[in-house]
Amino acid sequence: MKECAKAINLSGAEIVTVAVRRVNITDKKKPLLMDYIDPKKITYLPNTAGCFNSKEALRTLRLAREIGGWKLVKLEVLGDKKNLFPEMIETLKSTEVLTKEGFKVMVYCNDDPLMAKRLENAGACAIMPLAAPIGSGLGIINEINIRIIRKQTKLPLIIDAGLGQASDAAIAMELGCDGVLVNTAIAKAKKPFQMALAFKNAVIAGRQSYLSGRIKKTLYGNPSSPKLGII
Amino acid sequence: MKKKIKIKLNGKLKAINNNSTLFNIVQKNKIPLTKVAIELNQEIVDKKKIKSINLKNNDKIEIVHFIGGG
Repeated sequence: MKECAKAINLSGAEIVTVAVRRVNITDKKKPLLMDYIDPKKITYLPNTAGCFNSKEALRTLRLAREIGGWKLVKLEVLGDKKNLFPEMIETLKSTEVLTKEGFKVMVYCNDDPLMAKRLENAGACAIMPLAAPIGSGLGIINEINIRIIRKQTKLPLIIDAGLGQASDAAIAMELGCDGVLVNTAIAKAKKPFQMALAFKNAVIAGRQSYLSGRIKKTLYGNPSSPKLGII
Repeated sequence: MKKKIKIKLNGKLKAINNNSTLFNIVQKNKIPLTKVAIELNQEIVDKKKIKSINLKNNDKIEIVHFIGGG
């Protein structure tokens, strides 16, 4: 847990997702996450990782709210144990219920602009499309869809899942995303601390690049030195 | 000898005194109340009221907290 806290610190992350699990009754000395990561310094984002239907997800988030009054939550309802794609019908249903109960719901979803719109209409406070399947490290598979989602929503857009290396995060930010959610790419890297730092730099670089306005792509070359005065 | 009842605490079967409250369980297991949520038979419990909640035979208690993940 000490290493995890160090990696979070190096990455510059402002939000950390947490899961709701049973307290270890038999080993009372087992350290608690809150002993290492101060919820006053880093925003805890309770999430429903491991839930496969709306009922499980709602139960988890209601418990999360009870732990410390957290209203900002991440909803993730999975539909398939192999590809770990989100079950979007259950996700949409859960978003509606949670929003009515006063939760602020950040929603993990597929990279479908139509579904992203429906989530927004249902009251989602952030759209979190996958880049690729969770833990796959494939990077952003469908840049066009992410770009379309960016154009259609003013909500925070965060790439959630599938990033494999720092440059993937830079691309996400260059597409106009507001952030990335990363676990596996850092946790399973050969040098996690170095990778955490790489992601931090990539996010900053990608954002700066997006805000700077890139040049137009052209088929042919354009000389970068003035022609005037050529000898 | 006091009469015992059986409850399930985080999936584990436990025999406790008949007149136990939820507060007794929390105290006995040294649960840091501010860092957990408690469910009794799938209903969330108001942590302020646990002293007045008497446990019955076959009650199912879940005490959960946050771990990293997601």
